[in-house]
Amino acid sequence: MSVILMQLFNGISLGSILLLVALGLAITFGQMNIINMAHGEFIMIGAYTTYVLQQVFQQQFPDAFGTYFLLAIPVAFLVAAFIGLLMEKTIVKFLYERPSDSLLATWGVSLILQQTARSIFGAPNVAVAAPEWLNGGLSLAGMTFPYKRLFILGLVLLSVLFLFIYLYRTNSGRRMKAVTMNREMASCLGVSTRKVDSTAFAIGSGLAGIAGCSLTLLGSIGPTLGTAYIVDAFMIVVLGGVGKLKGTILAGVMLGIFSTFVEFSTSATIAKMIVFAVIILFLQWKPTGFAGVRVRALD
Amino acid sequence: MIKKYRQGAYYGIFFLFLSVAPFFLTDFRAGLLAKFLCYGIIAVGISLLWGYTGILSLGHGVFFGLGAYCMAMYLKLEASPSGIPDFMEWNGITELPFIWTMFKNPVFAIAAAVLVPSLIAAFIGYVTFKNRIKGVFFSIISQAVVVVTVTLFIGAQQITGGTSGLTNFFTVFQVPLTDSGTKTILYYVTVFTLFLIMALSFGLTKTRFGKILIAIRDGENRLRFLGYNPTGYKVFIYALSAAFAGLAGVLFVLQVGIISPEMMGIIPSVEMVLWAAIGGRFSILGAAAGAILTNSAKSYLSESYPEFWTIFLGALFLVVVLYLPNGLAGLVEKVKLRFAKKEKKEEVKHAGDSLVS
Repeated sequence: MSVILMQLFNGISLGSILLLVALGLAITFGQMNIINMAHGEFIMIGAYTTYVLQQVFQQQFPDAFGTYFLLAIPVAFLVAAFIGLLMEKTIVKFLYERPSDSLLATWGVSLILQQTARSIFGAPNVAVAAPEWLNGGLSLAGMTFPYKRLFILGLVLLSVLFLFIYLYRTNSGRRMKAVTMNREMASCLGVSTRKVDSTAFAIGSGLAGIAGCSLTLLGSIGPTLGTAYIVDAFMIVVLGGVGKLKGTILAGVMLGIFSTFVEFSTSATIAKMIVFAVIILFLQWKPTGFAGVRVRALD
Repeated sequence: MIKKYRQGAYYGIFFLFLSVAPFFLTDFRAGLLAKFLCYGIIAVGISLLWGYTGILSLGHGVFFGLGAYCMAMYLKLEASPSGIPDFMEWNGITELPFIWTMFKNPVFAIAAAVLVPSLIAAFIGYVTFKNRIKGVFFSIISQAVVVVTVTLFIGAQQITGGTSGLTNFFTVFQVPLTDSGTKTILYYVTVFTLFLIMALSFGLTKTRFGKILIAIRDGENRLRFLGYNPTGYKVFIYALSAAFAGLAGVLFVLQVGIISPEMMGIIPSVEMVLWAAIGGRFSILGAAAGAILTNSAKSYLSESYPEFWTIFLGALFLVVVLYLPNGLAGLVEKVKLRFAKKEKKEEVKHAGDSLVS
């Protein structure tokens, strides 16, 4: 029983990180029809931002070292969001309505960003020391839940909560939803779709930055950190249904739990294959994903 | 008629250049060129699939790798006097696995190198295209195929040789591979194969079948309304381009002498798409030339500035997508139009159809 619970916890933990990565993708893809292959690099940017902050705190404010991580979360969000905005303004802007071209161009950006990180921080992985208060775990009924994973879980929940408050309760967020649902109509009603697009891209990148920040708790980081997550995150977007954030959340958690359980009962290699086969089978049954709606429109 | 003649001239120059190239290049460069020709074969398949049919596959590395592995297994068995490849001996395996025993036969190995990729492609294509999963969704799924395959090949280390892959081949059909004579023969075999594949692809695009492929790219729904079912066409062209990639893998492994999971991973797979994009995906000759030019640039730059290459590659992606959507072939066409001074807007609009194909 405790083994199953533990696996369930690990699965939710993995799923929550994947979810944070996939949410940003789901926003940019659902709204703008842009496939952002450089999304993984925003994870990397978030992670390296945390690393830099850690270095700064270690050297300048060793007394306040315990709090650096709390500061790193918003800073990682802002840095990733800013670079995302820059990318949108300079490159992505020209690629709207050309999804397969956007895929190639953003792949190019991803190569450039990776190489830049390699030049600045070096090719080997660097470790980020977690603050003292995140070490250890919560013991409950003979099981230990590491504080780090619990913290990440809480962080993801909070991010999703903020995202939904933003989308449903603020004017800017409502405009974004309107553009996602019907771009032409929103444009006719006076919504500046260009502005909304840049905001969406920045928020999506920022979420990836938070994901990168939380990944530093789980292991060392390197220039290719993002590539490990990007394909899984794309599968979640496809599974969840394009532009359906609730579907994305469901798909993220399900994929996390499912792959953890399969991996537990077989091996990491076989698990990858089984999970992929199940996704393909699932798409046979529901080609538009979990939250896909049957529509009469052709495309 | 004149146009046809001119296209023939382009092809003629291209192959004339390839057939005399070994006389002017050092052995090392000639070997590299032979490798790039294999890439050219892949690029032709991608041009058919992406340029003509509008299906962007990010998973051609897998088909290339599978073809290469099939051939490599045969070569490895020929290079193992004890009948069991060295890496298996290190793993304590005393009996050849069943899958390997079949690859003792070279005919089987080459047939498998072409058939295995095309069957896998046909299967993946069928389950996705039948459900009308298209566009970028298909691209994402094809990329996931790469991740799964690479993980499998690394994980099944006892059978595949793991991350280091298969290497250390000595002979093919009892002829030493390192002989310069063998190399020359292999080079011309590759040129000839490239020629056959380009001729086949070019012919295909001129048939009714080719017109349907273009129709799928430009308006799949209209085609459906006209009573066609695009699924079969898409599956066929996907399988065909996978077969090309498999064949390229065979020739690659013969000349380069190594295949490892890294060579079929995500990055090589996306690079394959780039070759076609740079040369001009709407043009078969352009795609093949693009593969050769891009890789020549790559080997030159990565020799001189190893750090710079990745950034250059990334920038190349951006430039091609933003400024040269029709690739070099499109550029040639544009320049030609300017010189001819009969620039008609109509022609530029349909650059995709009027390119050197």
